[in-house]
Amino acid sequence: MQPVGEPGASALSAVGLCKRFGERVAFEDVTFEVGRGEVFGFLGPNGAGKTTTVRTLATLIKPSAGSATVAGLPLRAENEVEIRRRIAVMPESPGLYLRLSVEENLTCFAHLYELPKPKPRIEAALQAVRLLERRADPCGSLSKGLRQRVCLARALLSDPEILFLDEPTSGLDPVAARDVHELIDGLRRQGVTIFLTTHRLDEAERLCDRVAILNTTLRSIGRPDELRDQLFARTLTVHTLAPLPEPGRVFEGLACVESWRAEDSTSYVLGVSDVTVAAPAAVRALVAAGADVLSVGESRHSLQDVYLELVDEDVEGRRR
Amino acid sequence: MSFSWTRVRAMAGKELTEYRRTGSIISTMAVVPLVFILPPMIEIFTSSASALASGDRLIYMLGIPAIVPAVIAAYAVVGERQQGTLEPVLTTPIRREELLLGKAIAALAPSLLMSYLVYGLALALVEIFASAGAATAVLKGGEIIAQVIFTPLVAGWAIWAGMAISTRTRDARVAQQLGTLVSLPVFIVAALIAFGAIHASLGLVLGLGGALAVLDFVGWRVTSALFDRERLITAGK
Ligand SMILES: Nc1ncnc2c1ncn2[C@@H]1O[C@H](COP(=O)(O)OP(=O)(O)OP(=O)(O)O)[C@@H](O)[C@H]1O
Ligand SMILES: [Mg+2]
Repeated sequence: MQPVGEPGASALSAVGLCKRFGERVAFEDVTFEVGRGEVFGFLGPNGAGKTTTVRTLATLIKPSAGSATVAGLPLRAENEVEIRRRIAVMPESPGLYLRLSVEENLTCFAHLYELPKPKPRIEAALQAVRLLERRADPCGSLSKGLRQRVCLARALLSDPEILFLDEPTSGLDPVAARDVHELIDGLRRQGVTIFLTTHRLDEAERLCDRVAILNTTLRSIGRPDELRDQLFARTLTVHTLAPLPEPGRVFEGLACVESWRAEDSTSYVLGVSDVTVAAPAAVRALVAAGADVLSVGESRHSLQDVYLELVDEDVEGRRR
Repeated sequence: MSFSWTRVRAMAGKELTEYRRTGSIISTMAVVPLVFILPPMIEIFTSSASALASGDRLIYMLGIPAIVPAVIAAYAVVGERQQGTLEPVLTTPIRREELLLGKAIAALAPSLLMSYLVYGLALALVEIFASAGAATAVLKGGEIIAQVIFTPLVAGWAIWAGMAISTRTRDARVAQQLGTLVSLPVFIVAALIAFGAIHASLGLVLGLGGALAVLDFVGWRVTSALFDRERLITAGK
């Protein structure tokens, strides 16, 4: 496995990529780079252009503008077949042949990829999604979640360099979703590059090395914690048993505390530059002032807060 | 990277397995041959030998290779599109020519089998049960050879016409109706010859055969050119 972000090691890159359907812009000016072995999350609200981006990178539709490199090959008509050989896509809807059994579905695809030894590969893929014992069942008889897993097994068959997963856990129960998460973790350890679109921010936060937030244009891109820090000042929340008589005297001038405000009569929010310095200093100052401290904690913003902040901005921007 | 027969076979094999499990295709395969074997049989068994001397009654049965594969091929692309199975297939390395050829072979094989089987049955019925005069009037070596050669030529035209329609329509039913319609001219010519309305001179037969052979050959290319990935994936569902 190559280190993430090494120059020249990018598995996937897009520069100014854009797709229009007539007047409607599906996405535009999308520029990003995904390193080999990276799990890259692609987040965005409904209609943001995630699926269209996946289809464009997977050579199913032609970009209206911009360029891209997929699995080391420029996204051009003459490279389409070779690109498709190197990638696999798990589309938004499974698209299984419902009259064929699980195994027949996979066999067809194994041959479409011209795999030299299809049998063991099919078994390995079914094993990975824990469907070996349902292999002979017609896909039409499987539940939505099981179909989703067959679809994932199908995407694993060809040992792709890049795996595009378009909302792989939508509609899955929590256990099945966790299984998929573990599978993605396993693939990451094997060095597979994964491009994951999702609405589930907990999922993105847990699985992705980096995420991009798309809303027709890219709104932000980076590690989940970086995005958090960019958007939100770090804060400490202090709870005391009784209101402080003079909170300003306690908090002003403390090391690494940049601002403070009272949230209600017994809780205070401090804007801090370094939690490890500010927290002990605040506790000492509170004790010295004779306050009874109930708790001092860093308020953590989740990726969800980041996402909502960015996407809400867009909605407000549009209203204006 | 070159053309892959493995992928063509994978596509054809998948299609054939699906047909075997699709009730509507099985019933088409059963009903259409009946429609085309009954009129000539009734005619042969009720007419005098002299009335049968002109025309070639059994040519009417070319309706089987004209209609059966058209119905199957017309469903081939639009059907997958409606079921949402086209997108995953198109993300594999398959080329459109491979996909279409696989589907064409899958439509051709059962159609030929059915056409020859029913034609063989018709010949046997005439040989065994028709009057000696009628049998001599109907069973002519040249006509039998023509039928054997025309069956795949007609089926080929029906398949490419059906498939071309299939890549450009949004509704499987509409595609199947249009597909049948497009095969109709071939069948009408056959029917006119069958009942002696057109005299099938050697020149006419060779001309028709040659035209069909050319159409079968260019049909693959034309249909491939009509097959537009992006349109098939994105244009209105
Ligand atoms: N074939 C098409 N013709 C016209 N507009 C389209 C077409 N396909 C997608 N769009 C539009 O492009 C935009 C992006 O769609 P896309 O399916 O990529 O969104 P998405 O981010 O995947 O949404 P979701 O989260 O709902 O899956 C939407 O406004 C959509 O209506
Ligand atoms: Mg989508």
